[in-house]
Amino acid sequence: MPLAAKLALEDGSVYEGYSFGAAGETDGEVCFNTSMTGYQEILTDPSYKGQIVAMTYPEIGNYGVNGQDVESGKPQLAGFIVRELSRRYSNYRAQGDLHSYLQKYCVPGLSGIDTRALVRRLRIRGAMKGVLSTTDLDGDSLVRKARGSPGLVGRDLVRELVREVVPEASRDWCEKLNPLTKLAPATTLGATGILPISGATGILPVRSTTLEATAKSPHAPREGAAKAPHVVALDYGMKWNIARHLADRGCRVTILPGTATSDQVLAQNPDGVFLSNGPGDPEPLDYAQDTIRGLLGKKPIFGICLGHQLLGLACGAKTFKLKFGHRGANQPVLNKLTGHVEITCQNHGFAVDPESLPAELEVTHVNLNDDTIEGFRHKRVPAFSVQYHPEASAGPHDSHYLFREFVELMAKA
Amino acid sequence: MLIGSGPIVIGQACEFDYSGTQACKALREEGYEIVLINSNPATIMTDPKMAHRTYIEPLTWEIAAKVIEKERPDALLPTLGGQTGLNLAMDLWRHGVLDQYGVEMIGAKPEVIAKAEERDQFKAAMERIGLECCRGQTVKSIDEARQVLSWIGLPAVVRPSFTLGGTGSSIAYNKEGFDNLVRRGLDFSPVGQVLIEEAIIGWKEYEMEVMRDRDDNVVIICSIENFDPMGVHTGDSITVAPAQTLSDKEYQRMRDASLAAIREIGVETGGSNIQFAVHPQTGRMIVIEMNPRVSRSSALASKATGFPIAKIAAKLAVGYLLYELPNDITKETKACFEPTIDYVVTKVPRFAFEKFPDADPTLTTQMKSVGETMAIGRTFKESLQKALRGLEIGCFGLGSDSKDLWGTAEQPSDDEIRSKLSVPNAERPFYIRYALKAGFTLQEIHELTAIDPWFLDNMAEIVDMEEELRRQPSLSALSDAMLRKAKQFGFSDRQLSHIFSVNEFSVREERKRRGITATFKAVDTCAAEFEAYTPYYYSTYEAEDETPAKIPGKERIVILGGGPNRIGQGIEFDYCCCHASFALREMGIQSVMVNSNPETVSTDYDTSDLLFFEPLTTEDVLNICDRIEPIGVIVQFGGQTPLNLARALATQGAPIIGTSVDTIEAAEDREKFQQLVEQLGLRQPPNGIARTMQQARAEAAKVGFPVLVRPSYVLGGRAMEICYDQSQLERFLGEAFAASQGQPVLIDRFLEDATEVDVDAVCDGQSVVIAGIMEHIEEAGVHSGDSACVIPPYSLPGPVVQEIREATHALALKLGVKGLMNVQMAVKRENDRPVVYILEVNPRASRTVPFVSKATGVSVANIATKVMAGLSLAELGFTQEPLPLDVSIKESVFPFNKFTGVDTALGPEMRSTGEVMGISERFSIAFAKSQVAAGVVLPTSGHIFLSVSDRAKQQVVDLARRLVELGLELMATQGTALALAAAGVPIASLKKIQEGHPNIIDYLIDGRVKLIINTPRGKGARTDEGKIRAAAVIYGVPCITTIQAAQAAVKAMEALRTEEMTVQSLQERFARLAPALVQETARPSVTP
Repeated sequence: MPLAAKLALEDGSVYEGYSFGAAGETDGEVCFNTSMTGYQEILTDPSYKGQIVAMTYPEIGNYGVNGQDVESGKPQLAGFIVRELSRRYSNYRAQGDLHSYLQKYCVPGLSGIDTRALVRRLRIRGAMKGVLSTTDLDGDSLVRKARGSPGLVGRDLVRELVREVVPEASRDWCEKLNPLTKLAPATTLGATGILPISGATGILPVRSTTLEATAKSPHAPREGAAKAPHVVALDYGMKWNIARHLADRGCRVTILPGTATSDQVLAQNPDGVFLSNGPGDPEPLDYAQDTIRGLLGKKPIFGICLGHQLLGLACGAKTFKLKFGHRGANQPVLNKLTGHVEITCQNHGFAVDPESLPAELEVTHVNLNDDTIEGFRHKRVPAFSVQYHPEASAGPHDSHYLFREFVELMAKA
Repeated sequence: MLIGSGPIVIGQACEFDYSGTQACKALREEGYEIVLINSNPATIMTDPKMAHRTYIEPLTWEIAAKVIEKERPDALLPTLGGQTGLNLAMDLWRHGVLDQYGVEMIGAKPEVIAKAEERDQFKAAMERIGLECCRGQTVKSIDEARQVLSWIGLPAVVRPSFTLGGTGSSIAYNKEGFDNLVRRGLDFSPVGQVLIEEAIIGWKEYEMEVMRDRDDNVVIICSIENFDPMGVHTGDSITVAPAQTLSDKEYQRMRDASLAAIREIGVETGGSNIQFAVHPQTGRMIVIEMNPRVSRSSALASKATGFPIAKIAAKLAVGYLLYELPNDITKETKACFEPTIDYVVTKVPRFAFEKFPDADPTLTTQMKSVGETMAIGRTFKESLQKALRGLEIGCFGLGSDSKDLWGTAEQPSDDEIRSKLSVPNAERPFYIRYALKAGFTLQEIHELTAIDPWFLDNMAEIVDMEEELRRQPSLSALSDAMLRKAKQFGFSDRQLSHIFSVNEFSVREERKRRGITATFKAVDTCAAEFEAYTPYYYSTYEAEDETPAKIPGKERIVILGGGPNRIGQGIEFDYCCCHASFALREMGIQSVMVNSNPETVSTDYDTSDLLFFEPLTTEDVLNICDRIEPIGVIVQFGGQTPLNLARALATQGAPIIGTSVDTIEAAEDREKFQQLVEQLGLRQPPNGIARTMQQARAEAAKVGFPVLVRPSYVLGGRAMEICYDQSQLERFLGEAFAASQGQPVLIDRFLEDATEVDVDAVCDGQSVVIAGIMEHIEEAGVHSGDSACVIPPYSLPGPVVQEIREATHALALKLGVKGLMNVQMAVKRENDRPVVYILEVNPRASRTVPFVSKATGVSVANIATKVMAGLSLAELGFTQEPLPLDVSIKESVFPFNKFTGVDTALGPEMRSTGEVMGISERFSIAFAKSQVAAGVVLPTSGHIFLSVSDRAKQQVVDLARRLVELGLELMATQGTALALAAAGVPIASLKKIQEGHPNIIDYLIDGRVKLIINTPRGKGARTDEGKIRAAAVIYGVPCITTIQAAQAAVKAMEALRTEEMTVQSLQERFARLAPALVQETARPSVTP
């Protein structure tokens, strides 16, 4: 039998299951994600910093982990909870198993609990602070620790992330989208051929590249792209797929830390500025709001998720904390300009308050489930943003067009 | 106008009753007037309350055109009636009927259907959007086919165009086999086309269920991964939802491909199903096919996610947008989203190879399963084990039950295991377990089966758990944690009882004592993200239970469904269960449905107040009863499945309502029943009971040949045979004892040349009302489920019918039936006087209940339910036998075209999968309709081949004369030809098969024979006549195997010369009937 592990919530509830990944203790806001695929993207999404994420889909780890399906250099969340950790993985792209992956990056995991019961609790009572531990199995002690956990509200997680993950210096990005993202002809995907019925699949495929080798590759020196639009991406904890999308659209991408000032951004003389996603509460990030105010009207701006909330705040809107957030890959969003619905990937616990929206922001996208704002654009200056994740990863590709629109906006400007 | 899918056949089952019923309800709700055509009376959709005009008529374009001419519908929705509905709609379009009457096709336009269904068009479309299809080409001749083979190479798939469930589709491994398959495929295809393709056997197989609205919003409802890789028809594969082994990158790629495909093909609105193959090592993705309609997989996806695909498809077809429609389960959110689930769904197909011993049981690209069961668990392990016990084949999970060969004398050798793994077959999951127990590595098993290692390892986990359990000294020594874990792995109490050699109920007690009880979780489309108002639950072993609390003042009654469809138990019983639910709701009682069949209306989310999607085993039903505390459990509607549980449920304290378990058993118990028949002064054929071969021989001698041999407690005449002499008796007894599984074998005198009668009646314990008396067309000895039958009786004299009535009344009252009862009788002329014999009494719903309801307009199952719930027939106002004005004929439909080489002669073992109904004022036209509906084309010209047994030689003379008068030419083999020539009938004599060429088979191949009338002398695929009958199936020539059916067919052919088939809706028919019913009440009631 594997080691025992426990999760305690601030409301006093305790869940006992098995430990996987790293041993130890971690605390954070406990939330749930309803995606049925994409756990590796979720693990490596920096927006989950400070959170313990429970997957609603019960079978996790089925297809292992690989060097490509990452949204940053390592898992970012505080802890990971699944109903059933797959004993063995199977996928032709897999390079390792989930348990070892989390162990290596010191992320504690909990399996074997009634995750649906946990999700129902979070849905009814709202997101809660919690502690996941393999070292302290005393329920009362854990609940006390959960109550003492700092939580997300009012906390500047971006600065913590900038220190920990995002390099201070500017860097260029060149990695493009995974060819699987496009309906490419078979030749780009590898050998074709007919499998004889007796053909061996190989349960643990051997790969020449290691996890690290590919994970570090995107920041290779850039090659000459003279006419390409130059985008400065402000990195509050950016998912790599955003940069991949921009690169794929032919942009020259320079990444600056989210703490950069507007002068620092303008010094790069970009054609457009991108405001990335990132963890936690946007309100305390006044430096980021200042930067955005300094750029509005000067450069075309496109924001995603935290970037969207910061754009709203910079324009005078307010944000609020959702009861339990939107985290998943099936959120329907109505594009009010086209009348079409996009199925979107989302990951946010805060949202822009529609009541507080200044007149100069026009709502372009709304969530069909709860009517929250999913996107707006500035009426006077070239700036728009969405609350959801058009770069998907994990999630549907319905909203890729927004990257095209950003490139078009830069061309117009 | 909606088109149903006709009779249940392999590849097209109740799922289209489910989709059609949802569509009827959805469109009615919108205020549309609905015209429905379907030939299948056993459907809920053909209930007169579902559509405004219901036509139970043959599904041919000519008949449908008559309905259109009469009803002048504005639009035709063709995408909810399966392939049959789609093909019929296309026929109507091709023949200009839709244009002529200005009927708009909605959902999918004809051009779109053609683009999705015609391979070359489809392939070109897929290439335009950057998707690969299988390499191959459609051909119309054998020469063209050989040409294609030269560039794709062997093995190659041969797939006939426009057929159901991949009929005639096979894989060729050599040139000779290839030529044969192409020839057969060209014949099977209604358009004479076959597709030749590269074989992608062993690739991973996936399906995506897609929905689109008229404004191009597209969502994926469900992804499905096949456990069995490419090479096994998806209908025959174990399938799992959602996809398990795709990373997000690969899943989204498949999603992109699905969206691009539905847009490129141009399905305007509604659901489509797209199948993909993925190379396991390279990820190369190929589009296999697309169904531009609601399919079997859509039904599965609906039940797997809780998203009502058919209902939404119907609403989209009339112009709604996805985001304008609410999600019924969450109420607050919209139907425009992609369901996310927090459980694993496993579907396992159910086969019927035991009914077709000559058929090849290898699973191929041609579908052979007759039903399916679906199970929901929190893990694949749990859902797989639940699904395996839900199959109702005597297994209670993955091994460790009485079917387990491991550790017995029959334990398979490594070689046997290897051969069972390398060729796909129905037992493969169990052989994977044997392989694991025999020490095969996962890699070896994977190489032999090409099944994904992830699935195999999950099975290995189950086996590891089993081994761990076996290492424990006893059940009581088992730790709580391990017992809970075993339950979470899906182990049933029965498996645990087998492992620990204790009684199943001891396991249950032990479990309950330790507080390890089933919890129920909701199926809510959203993984608990939103509050759900769902009635839909499954069991698992978790911390939290979500079963809704009792509503004060509202009692609950549980209805046990029929489980997976099989031959002998299918949609007819689901029809009864649905009506039971409707009736309870009418009475203000909460109806609680328990069933495991995803195809059915009974497992639709709004059929009952609560739905438990669970296997029908004692354990699972008791767990439900523990939670919901019903005041009653109904076991008489779901066929044999719930009846088999009745005794154990009653013993454990479940409140069975209606006819008591004792009564059910008394009717099955030979001796008790014999006494009862004697007490009532009724007659039974001489009979005896045998527990050993020795006894059986003695009883047969006492009873006298011919004898009918059958096991007790089986449905559908399993292993039932007529033996004319000692040698036949010896041959069949062994099989009968094997099938009876410890129960005795029954030996009856077989009544030759007797007319069989079926009676359905309702009894409330005080009075009895007959619902319908059905006279069979085929003689006694043909299983009642396989013979055609007629309401009202067409040849029996009035006094005999009266005697039948009285006997029915007496039996019902004496037995103390409360609810439905079916009696089978035989009328035999003895000493020039008709004598009524009682063959069998079944105090439960019979297969004929829906047919009786459609023939009489009386909802028999509804009345019976209310009787079981405590109302009297008088209170219900049902006191008179309904006497219909029209003649209604039920005809059976057989799956012989899926089992080539099988003898089609009818016998006491039931083999039909479905039924159709023909209605007319005249017997002859009603029969003609029933034949057309069953796909039998009665010829108006050409050759008829006659070959009859000596017993029938006399009757055939008259028949032959009439056929000649109809302008048909006759041919026969020597014996029959001589007899007819001697009687002065012009007839050509043919060689027997072994006499050389040209023989009958040659004429069949040339297409010169239009009909075969062949009454069997002997049976079996090896006999000459067996070969002829089997060949008739291959070449699509109708073959009538009884003299009575031939006589009815000739009557029909004669009538069709002067009369046309006309159409009339049930509503019109019943409106005519109503005054007649009123008149009836004035007559004195018939009481014994």
